[in-house]
This record gives sequence, C-alpha cells and structure tokens, in this order.
Amino acid sequence: MIPLHMPLSEEAIRALHLGDSVLLSGVMITARDTAHKWMIDTYIRRTRPPSGDDEQTYAALRDLLRGGAIYHCGPVVAGLQTKQYVFKAAGPTTSIREEPYQGEVMRHFGVRAVIGKGGMGPRTLAACGEIPGVYLHAIGGAATLIAETVKSVQGVLKLEFGVPEAMWVIEVVDFPAVVTMDSHGQSLHTEIEKASRGELDKLLAA
Amino acid sequence: MQDLTEQFVELIRRTSTDLPADVRRALTEARDREAPGSAARGALESILQNVELAREKISPICQDTGTPIFFVRYPAGWSSRALREQMRAAIARATEDAYLRPNAVDSLSGKNSGNNLGDEAFPSLHFEEVEGDTLTVDLLLKGGGCENVGAQYSLPDDRLGADRDLQGVRRAVLDAVHQAQGLGCAPGVLGVSIGGDRGTSYARSKQQLLRRLDDTNPNPDLARMEAQLTQEANRLGVGPMGFGGATTVLGVKMTSQHRLPASYFVTVSYMCWADRRRRLTVRGDSQAIE
Repeated sequence: MIPLHMPLSEEAIRALHLGDSVLLSGVMITARDTAHKWMIDTYIRRTRPPSGDDEQTYAALRDLLRGGAIYHCGPVVAGLQTKQYVFKAAGPTTSIREEPYQGEVMRHFGVRAVIGKGGMGPRTLAACGEIPGVYLHAIGGAATLIAETVKSVQGVLKLEFGVPEAMWVIEVVDFPAVVTMDSHGQSLHTEIEKASRGELDKLLAA
Repeated sequence: MQDLTEQFVELIRRTSTDLPADVRRALTEARDREAPGSAARGALESILQNVELAREKISPICQDTGTPIFFVRYPAGWSSRALREQMRAAIARATEDAYLRPNAVDSLSGKNSGNNLGDEAFPSLHFEEVEGDTLTVDLLLKGGGCENVGAQYSLPDDRLGADRDLQGVRRAVLDAVHQAQGLGCAPGVLGVSIGGDRGTSYARSKQQLLRRLDDTNPNPDLARMEAQLTQEANRLGVGPMGFGGATTVLGVKMTSQHRLPASYFVTVSYMCWADRRRRLTVRGDSQAIE
C-alpha cells in the first residue's frame, strides 16, 4: 500500500504504476456528470456566461484542484436539514461518462488524480501522461466502507445540482484505490478489454 | 384495506442495507476462487467487508440506491391506487432517513426532486392482480452503472453470427458481457429475456433478477443454457470490477415469451454485485420480509 497525500507532486505521480494499491489522504472534491459539463461550459469552452456564484466557485475550485483529486461519486448524505453533513455511503460512479470532458478539466485545473470506477479512455490517458496524472480505481459499491474513510465534509459547491451531482469538499484518510491508468501510457482497462475480446472470439468460433 | 406504508419503509431499508444470503454466499465463493494477493481477490474482500459493515450500521450497501422497481402482485380487495400512494410515501420517508439517495432527476430541467419522487414512472411500479389471498411486493434497487450496460439485440445479428435460436441467444449474451466489461460493477447477475416486443422484453428481463441465484429454471433447455452461459461468461476473464479474474458473473437467469414473426429480441439486464432485492409478503394480518 502506497500512501499518497494531496496536493500530489509530479514525483509521487510518476512513481505510480499499473496495479499499485494506494491510500489517499487529504482534501478532495466529488464531481460527476453535471459538474463536468458545467465546468467545461462555464470555465473552459465558455459556451455559457458565468452567473450567480460562478466566479467565487471558480476561485475555490482552482485552489482545490491544483495537484488535487476529483472523485466521481454521488454520495448518500445525512444532515441535509441541519447542514451538519455526514457521508453515509460514498462509492465511485462509472467514470467513462466523463471521457468527453475529463482531459480538458485535468489540464485546465492541473488535476493529478481522477478516482472512479470502470476506467476511462484514450483522451484521459493522454492527459495523465502530460500533466502528469493517474486514474485510481475505487471498489464499486463498497460505499459504506469507503464512507468510513471520509473524516469530514468541509463544504459543498453547487448544491443546486442535487445531492448526487453537487461538488462535495471532503477530507479523507487512507481512502483505498488501485492504479489502473498511469502516467506512463498504461491502462489495465485496455489490457483486459483486449484479452477478453480474444476469449470471446474463441467462444464464438466454437 | 391495511395501510402498509411502514412495511414498505422497512422493505426499502432492508433492501438497501442488507444483501440477501444467497448473494452473500455467491460473493464469498467468488472471493475464494480468486488468486491470493490479486486485485480481483482484494476487490471481493472489500465488497464482503462492505456488505457486513452496511448491515451492522444499517447504512446503504451502495450509494447508488438506483431506481426503486416494485413488482406488486395483489389479490382482489386491494386497491393498486392506494398501494401506489403508500409506496410513494414510503420512498420519500426512506430518502429522508438516508436509506435512499435522492435519484429522481427531471430530464428537461435537470432538477433533482430531492425526495426520489418523479413523475408516474419514478419510482417504477408494476401491478398485477392475482388469484388467492396473498399480496407480494418485490423490490429491486437497481443502480445506474449496471442499468447503463443493459443491452438489447435483434436477431439475426450478422456481426455476431447470431441466428434465431438458443445458440444465437448465447452469442448475444456473451457479447453483452464483453461489452459491459467492469462498468456494471462485476461480478453481476444477468436477467435475459428472449422474444416479446422491445418494452416487454426489458421488463421481463428485470423480473428474472428477482429469482434466487441458487434456483433452477423450470424449463430444462433454459436451465442448461443458464449454466453454460455462467461458465462461458466467466471464461471471458473480465473479473471483479474489470480487474481480470475468475468471476465475471454470479449467475444468469433466462425467460422466453412469444414474439412477432418479424421480431426476435434478446434483452440482457445487468444487475451489479450489489444485487439488492427483497420481498414483502402480506397474508391476512401476517407480514414477512425475505
């Protein structure tokens, strides 16, 4: 198990390779479908004008994401009425839906780790090589177990996106994940897809 | 007619936080088949730890508590309209108690309703009036990751060399498992429906997911195909979470229905390893959740 502390340094990322198990500690944010499209539209491709608290949110995101981590997660949160937020369940969501946006978001903000499940495609892998960054695979569905590593909820951005889609700022200690895409151009997902394609071809030839 | 709102809240709580014994057993067996020290075994160990912890803490097994899908079979004397109201009230309560995540999003405005109640299609309710005196309510909590990898094939399929027979069905199902890779939170359970129209075929494939993993299909041809497909899908080597490994599916459950001469659909609904299904049975004054 390799301990990783956020913000993440270039050296720490370059030292990681496919299959490494890591334990992440520090502050990260959750962001999934709505947040990614919104960041792209508002700050990167600028297809919609900033409104409301978008400027302040940008400043907050810039600080959080430089060398930071984005977690693809839509948590179950208790304490919504009192704003004493507690993560009850917080496993990863499927990452591939962010493939059209992820590389650009990583480059724009200098994100060094993307955490999710199921892996991502060639554009994200290319961004991992350049920045450098890594894709960390958390265990899908292990939501109560992962929520135990969330020590505090420091705040929430864009709660109007709804609880699952809001950007939650959380402090984690020893959050477990596996490197499945590294900064050296390697992707476990590509390897498994290829190997299983070979087996499928054999089964269909029979 | 009894008010079952409390029982529905309890059904939701149990379904979200306490995985059925047959699924826990299948996951334990899957863990034991993976090589010590492998990522696949590590994933299944975390999964099993999580299942125990969720039950102890009465906390959702998975944060994606999915679409609540209810299949209700009611004898004469029950009002489906009243049951619908009670189920919707129970959904809102269970969401407030954080057994469910608010999951109902308006597709046009993007607004989350905050209480899991959407239009008449969310939660998903299916009613059927039956003979006898027993009311049964099956609940399936099906997350979005696995829902997204569901697939429907129209046979013949030239690319797969799939004709309109069970061998063609086999090819389609294996292709669906390969396409899904780890995205549906493997190792999953497949509900397969052959025939019907596109809509009924999807609904029936989901109903197959209500079956126990260790049951036997009453149709011997389908029973054989279920066993064969489980074994062959596992040969693909996708493995838990798509990390590679011995177990890609925990089981395959199949059904068939009549079809039009022109159509031959094969529909695969993928259920993640967090196979959250429970049944409430009400007969007279006695109620039970299994």
